Amino acid sequence: MEPLRRLGEATLALFTAVGRLSLFAASGIFHIFKPPFRGKIVLHQMVEVGFYSLPVVGLTAIFTGMVLALQSYTGFARFSAESAIPQVVVVSITRELGPVLAGLMVAGRVGAAMAAEIGTMRVTEQLDALKTLSTNPMSFLVAPRLLAGLITLPLLVAVADVIGVMGGYLVSIYKLGFNPATYLHNTMQFLEVQDVVSGLVKASAFGFIVTLLGCYHGYHSKGGAQGVGQATTNAVVTASILILCSNYLITELFFSR
Amino acid sequence: MTSSVAISIRNLHKSFGPKHVLKGINLDVATNESLVILGGSGSGKSVLLKSILGLIEPDEGEILIDGQNSLNMSRSDREDLMAKFGMLFQGGALFDSLPVWENVSFRHLIVDSMARGEAKQLAIQTLAKVGLSDDVADLSPSELSGGMQKRVGLARAIVSKPSIIFFDEPTTGLDPIMADVINDLIRGSVSDLGATALSITHDMASARKISDRVAMLYHGEIIWQGPSSQMENSGNAYVDQFVHGRAEGPIAMPVLKG
Ligand SMILES: Nc1ncnc2c1ncn2[C@@H]1O[C@H](COP(=O)(O)OP(=O)(O)OP(=O)(O)O)[C@@H](O)[C@H]1O
Ligand SMILES: [Mg+2]
Repeated sequence: MEPLRRLGEATLALFTAVGRLSLFAASGIFHIFKPPFRGKIVLHQMVEVGFYSLPVVGLTAIFTGMVLALQSYTGFARFSAESAIPQVVVVSITRELGPVLAGLMVAGRVGAAMAAEIGTMRVTEQLDALKTLSTNPMSFLVAPRLLAGLITLPLLVAVADVIGVMGGYLVSIYKLGFNPATYLHNTMQFLEVQDVVSGLVKASAFGFIVTLLGCYHGYHSKGGAQGVGQATTNAVVTASILILCSNYLITELFFSR
Repeated sequence: MTSSVAISIRNLHKSFGPKHVLKGINLDVATNESLVILGGSGSGKSVLLKSILGLIEPDEGEILIDGQNSLNMSRSDREDLMAKFGMLFQGGALFDSLPVWENVSFRHLIVDSMARGEAKQLAIQTLAKVGLSDDVADLSPSELSGGMQKRVGLARAIVSKPSIIFFDEPTTGLDPIMADVINDLIRGSVSDLGATALSITHDMASARKISDRVAMLYHGEIIWQGPSSQMENSGNAYVDQFVHGRAEGPIAMPVLKG
């Protein structure tokens, strides 16, 4: 009976966690639409989430685009399909690699920072202090971050898409000897609106996931510095897993027909 | 006004897991009275204060604030109720992402949308009352000493002239002179502003000075309460030991004697 009991306990714990997270998300979304609107805080968070993530996401994108071109070249050479490189690069970047890699990098950078910040506020009673000052932390801290994540990640990923494609272009032109005009022509001709749109929708979802889990784990952290450290780790790990799962689901929604 | 009750606590219970911290607290605080709660470290004083503020949900019991039951209140009613309160946290609980002055006038800036210049002026005036000069206004809380942080917390608690103020160890970490300045400030809030004050302290000099009445919390219950003039000769052995700070007595400290 022991293994069965453990299994039951684990299942219950999972459902409790999912339930708590869902309630937290619902409350966060509710406060996005409920006045007072905190435009300045949202703007500040957008800068934190987007602008300061540009270097790390840009670097990720350019090297991914470069390696994509190189790998496709050596791989496709086996069946003489090298000419498909522009299409492969642009579709892979816009549909998959741009949003997923940006999401994961932002989870490590921004999700962790949010969990640490809000977690510290929890253990030093700053969240309690907010309440005594008639300010709801869900409205003051969580909602602006969620909104910033929703809005900013698509912008960030749009930039990453361009940089990633440029990475592939550079390698193709200067290393693999493609003709620049043909490369760009093929890139644009093959690209569909839906490729980009699906990537940006993913980005928005990932932005929500990252900020939600950062806030959630921070909000529920306990037990001093160690608890904050734990919250930070949990925020990154759970956000990364959820990004990869939801990536599959959103892809299904867009392209399964 | 003087005879009405600001805070009324009935049969309040709170446990954390197996630890039964509050075991049926009954306590009244009259309007415009200064009540000091005494009690050993870990006896549940901070938990009691946070329960009254609605930051901790008690397991059982009733809390009436100005006659209103505060436990089954809607969120927005509670936020309105909070406007009557000022709270000094034991650890300060300053927002370290904001400069000192924005900490002090946080409620005015964020909730009441006061103009920044005006709010800063107000913060600087209030900081002066707790003995801090205007050059600390633009510092970050992490750049202040522990005692200075405490005083910023105090300024934040009194800035909006609340009608009920909670002080969790207001003089801990302050030098004796500054402690006395703070005692005067608390006394002044009660006598001049007509506020009700509920304070926690281990500092007997402070307790004598700021309290009209004293209550002693021991093992999760209020074991004695009375006017502060009776504190010295309460006839209660526990209070006696506490007030005179003796190691010997009915309150045994769980320490290993070697
Ligand atoms: N959030 C919490 N979770 C679990 N236990 C708690 C929590 N808050 C307080 N306690 C426990 O409740 C008891 C009372 O804590 P409290 O902070 O009220 O003590 P206190 O009387 O204020 O002590 P001190 O004078 O040292 O500040 C302690 O044993 C503490 O461990
Ligand atoms: Mg305490």
